[in-house]
Amino acid sequence: MSDRNADGVVRHVSFDEPVVFERGAPGRRGVRIVPRGTKLADPARWFGEGMLRQEPPVLPEVSEAEAVRHFVRLSGWNFSIDQGFYPLGSCTMKYNPKVNEAAARLDGFAELHPMSPTQGIQGALELMWRLERALSDICGFDAFTLQPSAGAQGELTALMMIRAHHVAGGNPRSKVLVPDTAHGTNPASAALNGYRAVAVKSSEQGTLRAEDVAKVMDEEVAAVMITNPNTLGLFEREIRDVARVVHEKGGLVFGDGANLNALMGRVRPGEIGVDVMQLNLHKSFSTPHGGGGPGCGPVGCVARLAPYLPVPRVVRDDAGSFRLEDKMPATIGRVRSFYGNFGVMVRAYAYILAVGREGLKDVSGLAVLNANYLAALIDGLFFRPYDATCMHEFVLTDKNLKKDTGVQTMDVAKRLLDLGFHPPTVYFPLVVHGALMIEPTETETPDTIEAFAEALRRIVAEAGEDPAKLFDAPRSTRLGRLDDTLAARTPVLTWKPGGGR
Amino acid sequence: MYTPHTDEDIRRMLARIGAGSLDDLYGKAVPADVLTRAPFENVPAAHDVVSLLVHMRELAGKNVASCSKRCFTGGGAYRHLVHPAVDQMLTRSEFLTAYTPYQAEVSQGTLQAIFEFQTIVAGLMGTEVANASMYDGASSAAEGALMARRVTRRSRVLVSEALHPEYAQVIRTYMSGLAAPGVSELSVIPYRRAKGDTDPDALGDRLGADVAAVVVGYPNVFGVVEDIRALARAAHEAGAMLVTATAEPVALGILESPTALGADIATAEGQPLGLPVSFGGPGVGLFGCRMADARHMPGRLVGQTVDTAGKTGYVLTLAMREQHIRRERATSNICTNQGLCALAVTVHLSLLGPEGLREQAVLSAQRCHEAAERVGKVAGFELAFGAPFFNEVVVRSKKVPVVDLLDRLVDRGLMAGPALGRWYPDMADAFVLATTELTREADVDMLVRALGEVSR
Repeated sequence: MSDRNADGVVRHVSFDEPVVFERGAPGRRGVRIVPRGTKLADPARWFGEGMLRQEPPVLPEVSEAEAVRHFVRLSGWNFSIDQGFYPLGSCTMKYNPKVNEAAARLDGFAELHPMSPTQGIQGALELMWRLERALSDICGFDAFTLQPSAGAQGELTALMMIRAHHVAGGNPRSKVLVPDTAHGTNPASAALNGYRAVAVKSSEQGTLRAEDVAKVMDEEVAAVMITNPNTLGLFEREIRDVARVVHEKGGLVFGDGANLNALMGRVRPGEIGVDVMQLNLHKSFSTPHGGGGPGCGPVGCVARLAPYLPVPRVVRDDAGSFRLEDKMPATIGRVRSFYGNFGVMVRAYAYILAVGREGLKDVSGLAVLNANYLAALIDGLFFRPYDATCMHEFVLTDKNLKKDTGVQTMDVAKRLLDLGFHPPTVYFPLVVHGALMIEPTETETPDTIEAFAEALRRIVAEAGEDPAKLFDAPRSTRLGRLDDTLAARTPVLTWKPGGGR
Repeated sequence: MYTPHTDEDIRRMLARIGAGSLDDLYGKAVPADVLTRAPFENVPAAHDVVSLLVHMRELAGKNVASCSKRCFTGGGAYRHLVHPAVDQMLTRSEFLTAYTPYQAEVSQGTLQAIFEFQTIVAGLMGTEVANASMYDGASSAAEGALMARRVTRRSRVLVSEALHPEYAQVIRTYMSGLAAPGVSELSVIPYRRAKGDTDPDALGDRLGADVAAVVVGYPNVFGVVEDIRALARAAHEAGAMLVTATAEPVALGILESPTALGADIATAEGQPLGLPVSFGGPGVGLFGCRMADARHMPGRLVGQTVDTAGKTGYVLTLAMREQHIRRERATSNICTNQGLCALAVTVHLSLLGPEGLREQAVLSAQRCHEAAERVGKVAGFELAFGAPFFNEVVVRSKKVPVVDLLDRLVDRGLMAGPALGRWYPDMADAFVLATTELTREADVDMLVRALGEVSR
């Protein structure tokens, strides 16, 4: 399936390319912007002497062609979902439909100014209103905000709402319960709200037990933060009981919606005890990750938390026209400027239109099918600490491999690069030593999954026969393994003329 | 539909797993009592690709795009040139559809581009270091305020009344969970009514041993270029840090960098540098500070290193500040940021270069000063403030209510605003005019004519 050398190793085409500042020549230009006949004024007319810039900023001086070649060459050093299988667990690297890109670039969206008069933004507000309604329906919630810019900001928003709810009840409370399988953002978001994170150990089955939650649940616990399915790819079977235990003591249930893609059309978090949850539109709803954003982290909630949602809210009047409302007395306020990452909302909405209510069950069902199919194909190859039927992802470890051959998770990951695949998420979740967390997603064909299983088989065989191949991997990429220690010990975070450390 | 499975695929895969049907397999993974019976009435029915595009065009058509009018709208989002080459780089699958660069060997494109971005941002703001991006200008400013609290180990944040009000609101929200209920650790420093800049005397009165940060707009929400040097001096004398928030970074093409004027933390919104206004997002937050304070900095950082053969390469670094390592002791919870938007800024400023950026800044300011001079002479209008401004100016409408005025401008093919009454009750008669290099002389002519007609 890919271009391989005699040893069966893929060939990556790439060019060397320095930083852009080392391209070009002084005075060279990429674009001309001053209209003919316009004479540029001297800014000293408007600003006092000390106000003007003494040194021009260090910027590249390249032609358009040089700039384009530079960035195209850089792009060639990336691995992307459009090029190959990218089974990064919990990150949900599913295919990003191209029609969504076209939709987001329509002038009426891309060129819409956020400070336009209300009658000129009716289409945008209608889109947001429809998207909020669809997300509410998918999740079983009463209201949604689309404002947070990414999942972590959504989490922060949800915790602020939880805090506001408790403050209204007379005591903000001081703790949140965080299972040991949680994403690192959970305790960090808790701390940003002045909450102390209390870890709750998961059971031997890898899930949260209501009785364990009950042991630490008291009137100082503001909420429990549950990722469901959790980061081991397992459904939290006791979720209703956990919710009951928490609710009985006046606490709230926060759902981390990073893995909503496994539930869509089949399980609605709002129906099983979750009070408030953030989503990641760049995961479940297929918007591109862009090498680390932009994302969009909507927050949905049950009716009693809706008064705390960020402002402005999108409101539909009886006459059918839309407006932004920012007079909500109990709101936590704003978490960013304007209304959120609107361009991401357009893509997610287009995705929902294409999948439709009929397709939601296929998305989750086939994500679960692909994960379990891969797990079955490589059954016994790696140690699998939690052997139950998984949801959309599952976790393996290097336990046996390391004992038998000295080969570790990172070696497996790097060797996968040689074989033309992006590695799974590694060394996460932290509760599992040497974890390989694998999420194929529903957009992959069985052929791809079979080829990936074959690659893992080959790696395990190599670990026994010729482990050096793994320790030295990757050998097909432009660069070998990079020195993280050097980068952290003497940080070079910007380019300086002459380069070097 | 974006799933590739044929019925035969599904049968074969289920057989291998040992499940009878998709529902049967799913039923093994979750208990039966959690399955929903919802009809999903508020989720649209599946659309074919043609109907989908028709529907999206219909919705887009209900908006008035800024490119369809002569646009003088500002208020924190600015319609500047977005060169077609920028978007063509962004749509390269290798950039667009990659994840956060965790596997450095196959993410060198993203990593080197971010390293270039950090260099460009640091240069623009005059800081020693800049991070890999934040969500937007407002949350950047809020993270700047929180960082100043960590560095100074003090709690109070002073926010200029002339800082973009949405930025101030975000700072307030971000700080709300960190103090006891009912206690506010945020104070507002008024602006001078005649000049439109932060009142230095009021600032002096509020500064004290509990103040961690002073946050000011540069330029501020009125387009006014604040005297950062004086504000920084006052803040420093009281042991506080000065945090600048720049909603219009094109200004830094001609204005002195915040750090050269004494700012300790410089933040900005990067949208004007290569991104469309897109109804307010996605843009990109810029964030820079001193190297000595870098360990308190939020967000991701890319650093240079070498590979096993000694070749230069790039990795995510100083991760011990971050949530996935430090968890509750992290400097921030940010992980996904605005990576692709940071790339847009990098491509855009590579195309512009130092001279192009300077020209863009001069042109943007020049049109605004031309417009201000002429609008100030139209009967029924006057300029609100006397301080130096960049590409945005506040105008008072003495005859026509502002909201009516802005609606009537749209009917005449023009856009302006925002109306400042939305944020400042005592400025119900004021609105903003903003210009950029896309504003043509003829646009200013048309604006002046329209204002004259509307107020007659």
